This record gives sequence, structure tokens and C-alpha cells, in this order.
Amino acid sequence: MARVLIVFAHPALEKSRVHRRLVAATPRDERVTFHDLYQEYPAFDILVEREQELLLEHDVIVLQHPLYWYSGPPLLKEWFDLVLEHGWAYGSEGDALEGKVMLQAISAGGQASAYCEEGYNRYTIRQYLRPFEGTARLCGMRYLPPWVVFGTHRLDGPDIDAWADAWARTVTWLADEGWGDIEPDPDSLLVEGAGECAPWPIAGIDERLEPNAVPTESGSGDGGGG
Amino acid sequence: MDGLLAQAFVYLTAAVIAVPIAKRLGLGSVLGYLIAGMIIGPDVLGFVGSEGQDVLHFAEFGVVLMLFVIGLELEPALLWRLRGPILGMGGLQVTISTALITGGAIAFGLPWNEALAVGMILALSSTAIVLQTLGEKGQLETSGGRSAFSVLLFQDIAVIPMLALLPLLGSGVHTVDAADAGHAESASLLAGLPGWVQTLAVLGAVAVIVVGGRYALRPVLRAIARTRSREVFTAMALALVIGIALLMQLVGLSPALGTFLAGVVLATSEYRHELETNIDPFKGLLLGLFFLAVGASIDFELIADQAGVIFGIAGGVMLLKFLVLLALARGFRLAGDPALLFAFALPQMGEFAFVLFSFATQEGVLGAAIVDPLVAAAAISMAVTPLLLLVNDRLIRPRFGTKERGQRPMDSMTGHAPVLIAGFGVFGATIGRLLRAKNVDTTVLDYDSDRVDLLRELGLEVYYGDATRHDLLDVAGARDATLLVVAMPDPDSTLKVVRTARKHFPDLRIFARAFDWSDAHVLRDEGVEAVYRQSLDTALRAGRDALRILGFRAYQAQRATRTFLRHEEESLDAIAGMEGKDRSAFVSTARARIADLERILRLELEDSGVDRDRGWDPESLRDEFGSDESTAGREAADEGEATGAGGTTGGGEADHIR
Repeated sequence: MARVLIVFAHPALEKSRVHRRLVAATPRDERVTFHDLYQEYPAFDILVEREQELLLEHDVIVLQHPLYWYSGPPLLKEWFDLVLEHGWAYGSEGDALEGKVMLQAISAGGQASAYCEEGYNRYTIRQYLRPFEGTARLCGMRYLPPWVVFGTHRLDGPDIDAWADAWARTVTWLADEGWGDIEPDPDSLLVEGAGECAPWPIAGIDERLEPNAVPTESGSGDGGGG
Repeated sequence: MDGLLAQAFVYLTAAVIAVPIAKRLGLGSVLGYLIAGMIIGPDVLGFVGSEGQDVLHFAEFGVVLMLFVIGLELEPALLWRLRGPILGMGGLQVTISTALITGGAIAFGLPWNEALAVGMILALSSTAIVLQTLGEKGQLETSGGRSAFSVLLFQDIAVIPMLALLPLLGSGVHTVDAADAGHAESASLLAGLPGWVQTLAVLGAVAVIVVGGRYALRPVLRAIARTRSREVFTAMALALVIGIALLMQLVGLSPALGTFLAGVVLATSEYRHELETNIDPFKGLLLGLFFLAVGASIDFELIADQAGVIFGIAGGVMLLKFLVLLALARGFRLAGDPALLFAFALPQMGEFAFVLFSFATQEGVLGAAIVDPLVAAAAISMAVTPLLLLVNDRLIRPRFGTKERGQRPMDSMTGHAPVLIAGFGVFGATIGRLLRAKNVDTTVLDYDSDRVDLLRELGLEVYYGDATRHDLLDVAGARDATLLVVAMPDPDSTLKVVRTARKHFPDLRIFARAFDWSDAHVLRDEGVEAVYRQSLDTALRAGRDALRILGFRAYQAQRATRTFLRHEEESLDAIAGMEGKDRSAFVSTARARIADLERILRLELEDSGVDRDRGWDPESLRDEFGSDESTAGREAADEGEATGAGGTTGGGEADHIR
């Protein structure tokens, strides 16, 4: 069993199609804490101590957000800047987060196939997410293969339902089993997004985490997320 | 019993005892009043003697007030939509019932003219009993209730031609004793004038009400509202209604009809809620008095003597009218519940029977031997009505009725906005504008009549009224609103509104503006969800700008301000928690205020951690990695440079680091 903290950052959830459904589908029990940053700190005045306490109380830290300009929304970045203090999260005396696990759950407007060397976006999603991965590593956390919904602009209701369902199973699985000792391929994603650049399956991970329906393949895409 | 006070005491006590008991038993207040009336009447306890009849006439004014209030709640557009039921159902009910009862009376041996008089009079129902009972049960707004209302409205109109017709039916058989006949509607000054003059006078009176109500009355009400004296406004409201009633009597129209019309004309005005709140208690008391008097007027001796005849008349007439109503309901496509409600509501004889019978006696149409049992039957039928409706509710409808789908309440009369704003000064208005920009409806109550006018001209939903009164809050929709924003101009009235709202509408969430620290405490203690201290935010903004001018970076000044604000609120909470209940005793004293201020300052000194953003502070990183060249050191230094961006790009240290 693991305690899961979902740090959620979405500046306009009311306009969201994908995340609103993911949030609604997220299982709510004593093992899962849903923490909505933009709802808590609309004026960006993050309470550092409170955030650090929250982090200490959990084993798995999930960063859930749309991909904006190949990165997270600004409040998430502010959260990193202020909460992960030197001497607490990193540095010679900073070991508060050591041994914890970080998972990024993101949505991207572009199709999965656009995120590769020959594709429209030139780099893989894992390459774009390197700053997050590096942060996790510097804090002594394990960075899991990210959970990505690609091509959000083209998803319709049933597609999103399937993704929401898959997300619920993923969170439950994390809470039930933690992460264990699985060593995934450094370029893998947690679930397949129907792109050639995303190797699947990861050895040791159950296929039940995969959504029922996957988005169709297509060429165009950009940095905006859903 | 002698004396006005003694009488008033008897009536009030009877009401105070009987009504709560009746309500507790589920019988409704009308039945409570009626039973109380019977008990204090001449035949049981004898507290009330023959003056009961005079009280009855006086209390009929309650009906007039009731129709004024109903008019206030009926916007002209809604009334126009009801024109079909009023003319169709109302007209047919009166005609058919009159014809059938007349036929019955002839069959029992009355001459045709007397039979027709009886038929007309008994065809009418009791506006007072029906509307009060249905209103109490919340059934006025159902389609059945509304149909009943339409018919009653038509009956009020029908009284006018009846008054004109009754004298023509006189056969001169019965001797006339005008002094004994009481003061009926015949007081019309125009009685002796030719028909066209009378018609002109009637039209003129209606025009006076409509045009006067629309154009002349509002400036007058505004001028009175401006005096900010509540009792003068109440006096004005009463004077208005009584004046209209007098005018109507002068031209021979029903006073109830006239005030109803005036109510409708004023229904769209900003003073609607305030007028309603002012008239309501008088209406309630007078109606109660009316029901008491009806109960007291029931002559048990007469009933005992002629039990068969009287109960026969009451039962027969009610059955006849009931069947007519059922048929009408079917004809007008009412079915199930609404049809049953409609038919059970209206079969009784009404208060017009008392008036018209005495008028008919006076005109020599009917003799006392006929009238007395009829009046007794009318009173019995009125007393039975709340019981019949109860039987319908409890026994008949659950078995035979069908649920009414898509009930359309008269909600147009009170727009149920989710937010109420009490006080529309700069503070309240700013909130209102913000909500409006996001398409959130608000109902605004304000006690400054000039401002109300101005805002209404701008098209805002603003009502003139005193928000410290719970009845006004109720009328404005506090029961259904989500949030009440209290933005009253001073601490006292703010506290009053908050207490009233907490007491009468415990589910309503409350935001309130406070004026100072101590005030904020009190409001918090009273259960206000969020307290906004006057000028705290503006002061902080000014302070922030001062910091900027003195060389602080804008973002740092902004963050310091936010931190300070949060700190303030936390201290407020902390003190509210510490003090508990002890403080309420001396909270408004100067000593408490000073003690509070002292406490704030001390808390401020203890923890002035306004700049806590250590994540952006490269100091500790320089300490750890500044001279070391290890691998870990280099990576972390990169991190340090990224996070401590100000250190490299923010310009000189002096202008942003404290």
C-alpha cells in the first residue's frame, strides 16, 4: 500500500475536457489525496510549510497537469521553486523526499506520433519532460515513465471516458502496489499512446492499465494541452 | 364585555391560543380562528355579543388588504395570461351556479325574483377562506389553486352588477328597515344619478388607480422613503389602501377589486417588497379577526331550531357548486389533483353573502325568515371549507388524484436570484457589478431611495427596503438564495442583518463587510462565513505601492502584501478562538478594542516573517556549493542559479533583497 498525493495544476479547469474527467474519475479514499494547486493558491501565495508537510505524508507524488508550451502551467513551476527548498529537498542535508516516487500525468494536444525525432515536435515527450525528471532525481526520487494522453483536441466523449477509466485504474494500482522494483526503459511511457516512438509494453507492468480505446494516429500537433 | 381594549384582548387571546393548537393538529390557521370564534361567541362562552356583526364588517377590510398583497405579487403580464380562466371559468361558474341554485329555490317554493337573488348570492365563494387556506398550504401556485384564484377574481367583479341588479328584484313584499340593515355597499353617492354618469365615474376611478399608481404614486413613495422613517411608510401604505377602498365604495365598486388593481399596478415598482412587508401584518390580523367574527356569528340557537333546513341548504348548495366546479374543471382540461383541489376549494358560500343578504333585506327583496337560515348556512359552509380541503389532502387525493407535473409556481413575482446583497453602497455595488459581469443574478435591497431610483434606471434589480427585517428578506427570496452579502453602511445594521438572517435562514451562507477589527470578531462569532474588513485590502495595496517606491521589486512587494493579509486573517481566527464566549460580554467596549489592537501589534512583532520565500534565496546554496567543485555541487549550483534568478538578472542587491 502506498499513499498517493496528486498535485494538480490547471489554470482553467472549467474549460478542460480531459482533466475534468480524469479528476472526476480519480478514486477518493484515505490513500489518495487530491491537491488542487490553482484552487488553493489563486494568488500564487503558496504556503511552503503546508506543502512540505503534504509531501512528507505521501509516498507517491503525482504531478497532474496539461502540457503548456512543452512544460507545466506556471503555478506548478512556482510550486517547485518555493517548496523544494535547498536543505530540505536537495543539497547535502536535503533528504526529505528521498525514496519517494514521482509520476507525471499529463495531457498533450499533439498526437503521439508528432513527438519523435522525425515528427512535428522533433523531440520525444520524455525529452521535453527532462527538467521534471532531473528535479525528481536531484531530490532522490524515482521518476516513473509518464502517463500521457496525446491528441486531446481530437478525442471525443467515449475516448475520454476510456482514458478516465484507465487513469482511475492507474491511481488505484499505485495506491495498492506502489511501484515496487520495476526498472523501466528510460524512454518508455506508462501507457501506450499509439505512437511509434512510445515503446510498449514495459516489462513487468500489467496491461490492465491501458485504456480501452486509443486515439487514432495523425500527423499534426503542437505544444498546447487539454 | 365592555370597551375596545377588553374586546381586543378577547379576540387576540382566542387567536393566540387556538391557532397554534390548530396548526399543531394540522388543521391550518383558518380553522383555528373559526373554532376560536365559535368558542368566544354568544352561544358558548359569550365573550362576544351582538357586536360580532360589526366586527365582521370591520374585519372584511382584511380581505381588501389581502387582495392588495395578492395584486402586488401578480405582475400585469401574469394577470393577462390568466384572462382566459378568469372570464371563462369564472363567468361560467357564476352563471351556471346561479341558474341551478335559483332553480332549486323555485322548486322549494320561492317566487322567481327572490330565488334569483338567493341564487346569485350563494353562487359566490369566500375569497378570504380559500386564498388564506390555499396560501398556507402552498397550493395557490399550482394550476388548481390558480384556477380557483381566477374564479374568485371574477366573482369580485361580478358583485358589481349584482349590487345593481338586486334592487330591481324588489317586489315590495318585505318591509324595509334601513337602520337595521346595516351599512352595505349602497353608500354609493352616485346611486341617484343616471346610468351613464355612474359608468363614467366607475371608469374614471379605475383610470385614477391605474394612471395614479403608475405615475403619481412612485414619486410620493420615494419622497416618503427618503424620510427614512419606517412608520411613516407604513402609514402611507395603509392610507393608500384605505383611500382606494373609499374611492371604490364611492363609485359602487368592490374595494377588494380596487386595491387588487392598485396592487397589480405597483407590482413592477421598486417599493413592492416594502409595501408588502408593511401591509402583511395588518392583513394577517384583520383576516384573523374576520375568521373569528365568522365563527362568532354562527348562531347555534337558530341552527338548533332549524337544523334540517340549514344543514340541508348548506349541504345542497355545496354539493351543487361542487359538481359545477368538477364539470368546469373537466371542461377546462384540469384533471387529477388540480381538478380535485379546484372543486374542493370553492363550493362554500362567501363573505359576500353577509353583505349582499343584508343589502337585499334592506332593498326589500328578501325577508328575514329566508335570510337568517341562509346566512347561517353560509357561515357553516365557510367553516367546513378548511376541513374539506384537509379531507381532500389526506384522504381523497392520495387515492384518486394524479400528481401534477411541471408545477409552474408564480415565481415571476419573486425572482429567486442566488445572491442577495443587503446595502448597495460602493461596496455592495462593486460586488453586484462583478457578479453581473459573470451573469450571476442578484437581488439587491437598499434603504436609500435616491440610489434605488438611479440603479433601477440603469436596469438593475434593486428593491427599496430595510434588510434588517426578516420578512423583507423572506420576500426577497432568502429562503432559496445561496449567499447573502451584507454590505450595510454601519456596524449596527450589519450585525442586525446578520443576526436576523442567521436566525430565520440558517442555511443561508453569509459574507459580511466589517468596519474594524473588533467588529470583525463579533461577526465571526455570529457565524458569518467570511468577514471582509473595510479598507484592509486598499490599505495593503497602498502599502505595497509604498514599498515599490522605496525600491522593492514589484513582485516582492506584492507577495509581502499577500503574506501580511493571510497573517492578519490567521490572527483574527486565533483571537476569536482564544476568547471564546467571554468576549461577547464586553466586546463593544473601548477597552476591548484597545486590547485587540495591542494584540495585533504584538503578533506582528513576534512573527514578522513577511519574506519567507527561501526557495528563491541563493544564500544557503552559496554557503554549500560556493567553493566546492564536486559533481553534486555543480548540478546543484545550476539549480541554484535557476531558482535564484534574481541573483544574476535582478539587478543590484539593494533594490530587492531584504
